[in-house]
Amino acid sequence: MAAVPLLSAGASVAIVVLAVLIVNLRLTLYSASLAPHFKRLPVGWKGLLSYLLTDQAYAATITRFDAGETEEPDKRWYYLGVALAIWVAFQAATLAGVFLGAWASGGWSLDFVLPLIFIALAIPAIKDRTTGAAALTAGMTAVFAAALPLNLGLIAAALVGVFGGLVAESVIEKVQR
Amino acid sequence: MSPLTLWLTIAGAGAVTFALRLSFIALLGRIEIPPFLGRALRFVPAAVLTAVVIPLLFYENGALDVWLGNERLLAGLAAALIAWRTRSVLFTIGGGMAALWTLQAIGLSL
Repeated sequence: MAAVPLLSAGASVAIVVLAVLIVNLRLTLYSASLAPHFKRLPVGWKGLLSYLLTDQAYAATITRFDAGETEEPDKRWYYLGVALAIWVAFQAATLAGVFLGAWASGGWSLDFVLPLIFIALAIPAIKDRTTGAAALTAGMTAVFAAALPLNLGLIAAALVGVFGGLVAESVIEKVQR
Repeated sequence: MSPLTLWLTIAGAGAVTFALRLSFIALLGRIEIPPFLGRALRFVPAAVLTAVVIPLLFYENGALDVWLGNERLLAGLAAALIAWRTRSVLFTIGGGMAALWTLQAIGLSL
């Protein structure tokens, strides 16, 4: 989506591709977070599951996987079912947007469903004091960093949050010793 | 922009995003992750999901808005409470939308 204004402004191919790369850097975080769960899969599976990796597919599966509620070989199928459904819905919604975009109206604030879904999926990821510290530091950074261009605020906030979690973990370990 | 450049751009953008998605998933299994990185990964879901949500609540039309007039922030807080108590995506969406519509109705009548 970041590419659209650049394209209409006549930017070069390399610039647009670079912008898309930076905007989507968070995908590497999702990839790293899911990687231990898909470690032993054949290359073809890894390619397919990676291709279907979206914000929503990650958010809807990672908490369950990290909690050990799903074990192989069910993990790949669970993820495939979630991610494929989201992918199909996304393509269908994009088509609908192309044909109905000008006609649909925003009177019901239905775009608010998006943050609500992420809230519903983020809360279960906060399981203890250390993950709470990660969320808190990420959230506080995000408030101020969100104005950065190219989605860089998101990646900065996520990294600060991970660091905050690590710090909280070592502090708690020290106190308990 | 010529059709060829446009298609080149689309192909390039698609290729780099796929590479980002594939990066660690492809890498792991060939190499072992260092223990420090493994510990850090535990915090990625909480950190990145919060980092995605917060700007959607705190910013309206591109401007920071931390005030009681920010209906989305208040409705988002209500939704977080519902998510915490019920652990249900549907209740969170339903409750959050109801909270937003209520706040908007109150805002209009004031």
